[in-house]
Amino acid sequence: MTRPILEVANLSVDIRTAGGTLQAVRDVSFSVGRGETLCLVGESGCGKSVTSLAIMDLLPRAATRRVSRLAFDGVDLARSGKGAVNALRGNRMAMIFQEPMTALNPAYTIGDQLTEGYRRHKKAGAAEARERAVHLLEKVGIAAAGDRLGQYPHQLSGGLRQRIMIAMALMCGPDLVIADEPTTALDVTIQAQILRLLAELQRELGIALVLITHDLGVVGRIADRVAVMYAGEVVENGTAAEIFTHPRHPYTQGLMDCIPLPGRTKPGERLGVIPGVVPSLVGGIQGCPFRDRCPHARPVCAETPPVKTQGEHAWRCILEDA
Amino acid sequence: MTGTAFPPATSAPSSAAAVAELSAGARLRRRMFGQKSFVFGVGLLLVIVAVALLAPVLAPHDPYAQNLSQRMVPPFWYAKGGWEHLLGTDNLGRDYLSRLLYGARISLLIGLSVMVISGLIGTTLGLLAGYFGGKADLIVTFLITTRLAMPVILVALAVVAMVGGSLPVVILVLGLLKWDRFAVVMRSATQQARALDYVTAAEAAGASTPRIILGEILPNVFPQLIVVATLEAASAILLEAALSFLGLGVQPPLPSWGLMISEAKTYMFFSFWLIAIPGTLLALLVLSINLAGDGLRDVVAPEGRG
Repeated sequence: MTRPILEVANLSVDIRTAGGTLQAVRDVSFSVGRGETLCLVGESGCGKSVTSLAIMDLLPRAATRRVSRLAFDGVDLARSGKGAVNALRGNRMAMIFQEPMTALNPAYTIGDQLTEGYRRHKKAGAAEARERAVHLLEKVGIAAAGDRLGQYPHQLSGGLRQRIMIAMALMCGPDLVIADEPTTALDVTIQAQILRLLAELQRELGIALVLITHDLGVVGRIADRVAVMYAGEVVENGTAAEIFTHPRHPYTQGLMDCIPLPGRTKPGERLGVIPGVVPSLVGGIQGCPFRDRCPHARPVCAETPPVKTQGEHAWRCILEDA
Repeated sequence: MTGTAFPPATSAPSSAAAVAELSAGARLRRRMFGQKSFVFGVGLLLVIVAVALLAPVLAPHDPYAQNLSQRMVPPFWYAKGGWEHLLGTDNLGRDYLSRLLYGARISLLIGLSVMVISGLIGTTLGLLAGYFGGKADLIVTFLITTRLAMPVILVALAVVAMVGGSLPVVILVLGLLKWDRFAVVMRSATQQARALDYVTAAEAAGASTPRIILGEILPNVFPQLIVVATLEAASAILLEAALSFLGLGVQPPLPSWGLMISEAKTYMFFSFWLIAIPGTLLALLVLSINLAGDGLRDVVAPEGRG
């Protein structure tokens, strides 16, 4: 295997809150190969977004990051200076945010915002940057791209803005794009368009994509690898095919039962639910965090679950046959 | 252009297209001239500024020349008034119109310089406190409360007692004292802007901290800054008038409007115009600045663009 574009090893994020320290992300490790799509899956509050912010070093002030290795193309970001990180951010690694309505600066035109990073990172002139911006706007399916450059964000719809965010992320020709639920704020028809667009661009440009989502339907269509997160931990990690055909962790199995599948779900059959809620992450968690909701829970689950591996497939469960 | 309340349905798309096709300049003009109060405020302010700049040309007499045989001549609309001194003369026989014209320069100079000095101090402190938070915020908040605990007039009195009153002293004292509102407003506006995604997005795009503060946050808190700046300019002009009235500000024979009001108060019941004319002008100047600032905020607000 060639050197992965992104390696994350033992990433933990603690957030100080009034009620104590919230362990938002605990001991998360994964890697993304060049041109690969990794989907981070999990329910709200499981640490997906915090993980992505931690990779980009964008955590809020109250959060502290501990990581044994955070390497982008072999360069350890955790041990690099702010200048070196800034030279990579927006240039070789880019991020697409959840809320296109607030992620664009209302005080500048689309053109200004698209070209700014390109001109800074590539030391390009205004005309060249403009040409690239028009090219990318056309690529993300925006008609009359030249005219759009002079418009302000408030003149555009949510779907258009998210397309512009994608174009902005692609401006410098990044090797890695992290998309944090890029379609959550959009309506359903637009969601499908945007995801298809992302997947197409990813294939065409050979970008590694980390897609954060809680939509398993999306994952099934575009992911190469899947990491399932629960309560701040990666509970299962493997290729999309393995995760979908042989989910090993009870939480992943529960998630799979929640989505209707043609052929597997019979008409009139009830979809699965996972009872209960995510445990509070304030203070330490002993044993398996899923045991209160797990249908297979045994007394032994109060112990820290071991990580089991089978080829590239890894999961965190003490039970043999769950 | 859509003057009618209910345009025919068929014409609606074409009129919408016409709005979109307007050039940026045309849209800016439309936004500016669409507000009557803004046009009035800016117009009045421009007249006052022009008159102040052209004072040496416009003034019919030397504002400092005394003529004791021509004391307290009333303005031309009184029976005893004449065309020699349009607005009459003061208690030393100085031409009142000329003094008012030169006085406008002092009021505007004070308003502008105090606004710039206090604006620079307050905006810097507010942006730093709002962006960095933590210790920086604590320090700036402490400075603001310390400053708020000091009454401006009292401090000005003490300073003038130490170094003597003069125009530069008034400007410095007011400039160094009046930054508190800039700091308060900029701090909270920055805190709000900082929490928005586009700031994080700029960080994710590799922008440096100074670039984020000046390039991303400042343009978005600019509307608030303009409102505070105009309010502070108007309030500085009033404070100067108050200080001059108390004898702590601009020293005679410089013709400041506040000083003229102060000099005229002795004759308030005999020569009413002496106090009414500078008082009215002061009120008009402050009104025009406030109206202009209020309208300017709407003109520069991002939502109003395009």
